[in-house]
Amino acid sequence: MEATDIIKPENIVYQRSRLMTDQVLSFCPGCGHGTVTHLVAEVIEELGIENEVIGIAPVGCAVTIYDFIAIDWIGAAHGRATAVATAVKRVLPDRYVFTYQGDGDLAAIGTAETIHTCNRGENITVIFINNGIYGMTGGQMAPTTLAGMKTSTSPFGRDVSVQGPPIDITRMVAMLDGTYYVTRQAVHTPAAVRKTKKALLKAFEVQKEKKGVAFVEVVSNCNSGWKMSPVDANRWMEENMFKYYPLGDIKVDGQLLIK
Amino acid sequence: MTSAGTIVVDIDRCKGCGLCIEACPQKVLAFADSKVNVKGYRYVVLVAEGCTGCTNCAIVCPDRVITVYRQKKTQ
Repeated sequence: MEATDIIKPENIVYQRSRLMTDQVLSFCPGCGHGTVTHLVAEVIEELGIENEVIGIAPVGCAVTIYDFIAIDWIGAAHGRATAVATAVKRVLPDRYVFTYQGDGDLAAIGTAETIHTCNRGENITVIFINNGIYGMTGGQMAPTTLAGMKTSTSPFGRDVSVQGPPIDITRMVAMLDGTYYVTRQAVHTPAAVRKTKKALLKAFEVQKEKKGVAFVEVVSNCNSGWKMSPVDANRWMEENMFKYYPLGDIKVDGQLLIK
Repeated sequence: MTSAGTIVVDIDRCKGCGLCIEACPQKVLAFADSKVNVKGYRYVVLVAEGCTGCTNCAIVCPDRVITVYRQKKTQ
């Protein structure tokens, strides 16, 4: 069988989601943000909810996500995406509302909004990309930066006695009664990507049940900020990030799975 | 050895991160020899027969530049 014989429209087993625009993604080569952005588009397309979904764009690397996925978007002030999502969901309760935020947006400047939205149990989906660094501004230390990790503002590594240990905000929100589904995934291997897609599907589907926040953390690489090649960054993430941020479901159907 | 599947790479969107090369179980992907795309990135090509159309390369690609084709089994 020649390759040219296989290239026919009826033989396509995978292609880009039709919800993605022709705009080239602004993310660095190999960044997990790109994978998650495409997964969000694929999940919305599979659920057939592109006319009923409203996304809230963050400030950070994904600030121009409204250029990439052809659905309705609102750009929120830095960190306030979940507060804007609360307003949208309360005014239009039959729509699917989700936020897409990084760790600088959700776990640093937006900590108050994130925690109170989860405490109130708004029926929204929160997608949280955690790469342990402020990527867009030049690789500064974030609250999620690992102990001992070198960044441009912690050139000798994060000193826990001065800056405190990294914040595990996903575990924190799982402890609140307002969250219904909390999980932590990654997108560094094909298997992990498939799991993340399932988690995102569930996170959007539970909005119909009106039981509370669906919170999906995706541990991601930041090869520019970490100063590594994309392949090395994924390996470093497996060896270091997953120790502090172990993958898996944390809360399913309102039941905590961890102590 | 023939291929059950094949891929088409949108060369000018490829950023040359190489994650698909790592993810390919058949090891049939590689960077094109001393060539770059319009943005100056190395890009990925299929270098050998044996592609099964498993879609692993396409789903780890952050820019989704790979379209995967697989021959349907004829009864």
